[in-house]
Amino acid sequence: MNEQLAFTIEVFANGLMAGVLYALVALGFVLIYKASGIFNYAQGVMALFAAMTLVGIQNGQVPFAHLINAIFGTDVHKFGWSVHSFVAIVLTVFVMIALAWAVQRFVFRHLVGQEPIILFMATIGLAYFLEGVADLMWGSELKALNVCSSDGTCLPQGMNMWLEGTTYEALGYGFFIDNLDIVASIVAVILVVGLVMFAQYTKQGRAMRAVADDHQAALSVGVSLNFIWILVWSLAGFVALVAGIMWGAKSGVQFSLSLIALKALPVLMLGGFTSIPGAIVGGLIIGVGEKLFEFLIGAPFLGGATENWFAYMLALLFLVFRPQGLFGEKIIERV
Amino acid sequence: MADSYVTADGRTIGPVVMEMKNITLRFGGVEAIKDISFDIREGEIRAIIGPNGAGKSSMLNVISGFYVPQEGEVWYKGARRPAMKPFEVAQQGIARTFQNIALFEGMSVLDNVMTGRLTHMKTGLFAQSLWKGKAEAEEIANREVAEKIIDFLEIQAIRKTPVARLPYGLKKRVELARALAAEPSILLLDEPMAGMNVEEKEDMSRFILDVNDEFGTTIALIEHDMGVVMDLSDRVVVMDYGKKIGDGTPSEVRNNQAVIDAYLGVAHD
Repeated sequence: MNEQLAFTIEVFANGLMAGVLYALVALGFVLIYKASGIFNYAQGVMALFAAMTLVGIQNGQVPFAHLINAIFGTDVHKFGWSVHSFVAIVLTVFVMIALAWAVQRFVFRHLVGQEPIILFMATIGLAYFLEGVADLMWGSELKALNVCSSDGTCLPQGMNMWLEGTTYEALGYGFFIDNLDIVASIVAVILVVGLVMFAQYTKQGRAMRAVADDHQAALSVGVSLNFIWILVWSLAGFVALVAGIMWGAKSGVQFSLSLIALKALPVLMLGGFTSIPGAIVGGLIIGVGEKLFEFLIGAPFLGGATENWFAYMLALLFLVFRPQGLFGEKIIERV
Repeated sequence: MADSYVTADGRTIGPVVMEMKNITLRFGGVEAIKDISFDIREGEIRAIIGPNGAGKSSMLNVISGFYVPQEGEVWYKGARRPAMKPFEVAQQGIARTFQNIALFEGMSVLDNVMTGRLTHMKTGLFAQSLWKGKAEAEEIANREVAEKIIDFLEIQAIRKTPVARLPYGLKKRVELARALAAEPSILLLDEPMAGMNVEEKEDMSRFILDVNDEFGTTIALIEHDMGVVMDLSDRVVVMDYGKKIGDGTPSEVRNNQAVIDAYLGVAHD
């Protein structure tokens, strides 16, 4: 088999995997945007916050240790136990639900009916606030997301031998693929299928779409806006947790994690801000596109480093020719 | 008046289902509703009329929970209703339409009507997402109700059309369909014929009468068009400047001097 072709296929596969991770982040944006029309700038930080909380709970860290020590002059840092990964994940889910409630109660409940730009500004504030809280709660040092607990059960994570890159033999050629990426893909598929079923078939899903469309009308058919918003922010928190686990396992839990949110923007422009499948397809196109472009055109002809801007260029093209994205709702206006 | 009676056209009007007692609603220093009491009987078409700014829409908003009055009590099905959020009122079986149409513009007509069934969906989240067992049966039953109402209001042809594409008159009809889908015990219509041409008005009047006749739905409606109101309703409340100036059958109201003055103006001499 042609060496060059095989290598291209490998790049393609790795691009798909990277795309899955972009898509995971983009999903969180779509959920909140669909149900409340808010573009949640804090989604990336939520992923960071979720990942840090998970690691913190696992390692038995005392939350706000620095603060407590500074005030009381004590020197506590750890509880001295470590929590089983699955228990830690469940606990983190509860923390994310509490966060969703707090965001709704203290921020967005007071901003009902405001202009979208004001809501957007509120999420920027939320992003910085949350970043600070995460820092204060768990400390700012880089952490390995060690999702293996003492009894040896492991969740997918980069420090684990099994999850490091493996070479697969196929077609007489060894393909190098990160096992973590495969796990991430499977998780993403499950998540998307679950979310689509939720949005299409359940009462709450239908109510969610109703709330996104018209608040007053939703109230008149018996939908509680508050409940739906808390539900949606909880879902977005859960998606953020999954994204945080995957990214954290790949590159460690650190503050740059919140910057992956920026890569989700072009993904959303491609897929459409309101489409769950769009987030996935957009993520895959960006992931594959930037890897292939770098490999086939960028590196040989443009001096490389095209991965940094390729996604944005693609998004720009979409904005010009198809502003609603691939799967976004058509903008219908009857005059 | 007896607990229930039969009208001239043979419909049975039941006992009082909702009673407003001394409702007063203020916005800051403005009294939108001043000490108004009236009742709505089961199975009747009750109209609230009055000139612009009389407080009719405010009254409807009080009934549907969008406004909470400062004074007075709302009695529903024989019990005093505590202050409620609009969605809780809807869950109690009071459906409404809006003067300026509040539909889910991005959804199809069918989806809009199906949202009206939300209060009737009881099965669990998990069963619903898997589309299994009771959830499936429930969805099918809800869908049947929705389709029946779509047939009834003669909007089959536009079932799959996104609402945003529809002309005004049809939107009004879709909104009525969504409210009806909830199988409400009281249906509130806020100016169902506002902005319609004569033909559309006739259609809408026919639908309102048919709904009342066929499903026995209690209807409270607000309307400007005196002629329409007099033809449709069993009893009429007349409001002016937030006060009740008349209450009774259309013929009683028509001959009420205060009502005539409010509508035609009084010569000040």
